[in-house]
Amino acid sequence: MKVTEKDVTYVADLANLELTLAERERMIRDLNSILDYIDSLSELDTTNVPPMAQISDRFGVDESRQGSARFAYASREDVHEGLRKSLPHDVALANAPDSDGTFFEVPKVIER
Amino acid sequence: MNLKSLTIHDARSAVLQRKSTATSLAEAFYTKIQSDDLKIGAYLTLCKERALAKAEEIDELAEKGQRLPLLGGVPVAIKDVMVTKGVRTTAGSKILGNYTPPDDCTAVARLEAAGAIVLGKLNCDEFAMGSSNENSAWKPVHNPRDLSRVPGGSSGGAAAAVAADMAVAALGSDTGGSVRQPASFCGVVGLMPTYGRVSRYGLIAFASSLDHIGPLTKTVRDAAILLGVIAGRDPMDSTCAEVPVPDYVAELEKPIKGLKIGVAKEYFGEGLDNEVRKSVEAAIQKLAELGCEIVEVSLPHTKYAIPTYYIIATAEASANLARFDGVRYGFRAPEARTLSAMYRGTRDLGFGAEVKRRIMLGTYALSAGYYDAYYLKAQRVRTLLTRDFEEVFKRVHAIVTPTSPTPAFKLGEKVDDPLAMYLADIYTVTADLAGIPGISVPCGQTRENLPIGLQILGKHFDEATILRVAHVYEMSRVEESLKS
Repeated sequence: MKVTEKDVTYVADLANLELTLAERERMIRDLNSILDYIDSLSELDTTNVPPMAQISDRFGVDESRQGSARFAYASREDVHEGLRKSLPHDVALANAPDSDGTFFEVPKVIER
Repeated sequence: MNLKSLTIHDARSAVLQRKSTATSLAEAFYTKIQSDDLKIGAYLTLCKERALAKAEEIDELAEKGQRLPLLGGVPVAIKDVMVTKGVRTTAGSKILGNYTPPDDCTAVARLEAAGAIVLGKLNCDEFAMGSSNENSAWKPVHNPRDLSRVPGGSSGGAAAAVAADMAVAALGSDTGGSVRQPASFCGVVGLMPTYGRVSRYGLIAFASSLDHIGPLTKTVRDAAILLGVIAGRDPMDSTCAEVPVPDYVAELEKPIKGLKIGVAKEYFGEGLDNEVRKSVEAAIQKLAELGCEIVEVSLPHTKYAIPTYYIIATAEASANLARFDGVRYGFRAPEARTLSAMYRGTRDLGFGAEVKRRIMLGTYALSAGYYDAYYLKAQRVRTLLTRDFEEVFKRVHAIVTPTSPTPAFKLGEKVDDPLAMYLADIYTVTADLAGIPGISVPCGQTRENLPIGLQILGKHFDEATILRVAHVYEMSRVEESLKS
């Protein structure tokens, strides 16, 4: 078994999930079954194969340039009056579970 | 007005020729939804006020004898992963149960600008994660052709609404097959355009390098019309490519004689239902009779597509879904005393089982010590899968395959076995990974009257060719049914 209870606890922590005891047991079972299947990828020798993040890597990228300049095709001219104005304050707060009308409110961040 | 088989052209003509009004057409669809959707479950939210206001605008144009826009008065519906200003948008999740977006998705705005009437928002798997629509936090969708079966997923509501004549057409999203597979299960047309063809501004993100918006329609012509409306550069989405958009409807009329059509043996192996195989083979035979040259090809890495997909899609999802934290919008767990407890409680209660499973798998694949073995490995295999297609497309104009290995399965049949559910996407995920376009067009039905879909895959940005092949094939089926 690849994924242990300890792994599930660690990963749930990274993902900001708590998970009930029943969910954890189920998760161990499901993740192991899926990862067993995924392991077939190790049959392939990919030593000299470059990774691909998305197909735009193959379209429009200017290979003669460096860094983010390679993706110049995806950029546009700066505009002074933005494409869309920032959301008005009240609209930005309209969906907030809790706010004081100026800020989003959350439970205490620092414990002491 | 008979809503059955009503196409975009029919609906617009009826309004244009004053046989109906956009308002009465929309009302007729709402009446149909009210009577039929109780047993199907395709809609999550209706936006009648918005629809009737839009319909009134169209009716005024028609009354004054002014030119009607391309989709003038055509009732459509939108998968609930695309945001709609002022209309609740949930992505099928409890965590967005009370979310009212401040803006419209570009694709939706373009439909409305072309005169379409948005009737409402369609059910789907939570955050578009699923192949049966059973992961919706709200209710399952029943396949209109057999209510005991799933409509496919994740755009299950979209496929069911079009199949049951509760919308003329719909927009869905496809990350691993979520437009094409439900289209095939419900007997409608589903098109996934090339990655970068259609803006995703306002599409709630699942896996950003794989997400596509695409139409579900009753005919291939309707899919061509809708693609023409939603395609093209959008300054709000930098991944939306600056590639000229052809006149897809005009392209349908070109001949298909002499086109080379690839058939890959990897798509006809173990796990393929016999009736689906026979139906797809008959469709290939038909394409040969219509003058296409059938070429045997190989896409050798196909069997690695599902494992590759489930690493890349879940890794990206784990990052995209980090934004749901109960602070700025959506559900917040009540009574949490610390920030950390609030985050966890919100996500624990707000997300469903499949979403948590994918967040966990994706986080695991990205975590220290596993990144190279899983995520980087999958990205390398993604290159191999894409090269497979690039090689084959040097020799053929399109590739045909079954859309799904089986017809629609029973509700509940696969819910306890995530891996079995994932394998429902075995013929569709490859196109998402390679970023190429694909269309599913009905090609027959099983002895139990369940629809079967033929998938046609094309070169990057060459939707025109797959639409044309699908259109000519569809016309040949119409002719045959008229003969018999």
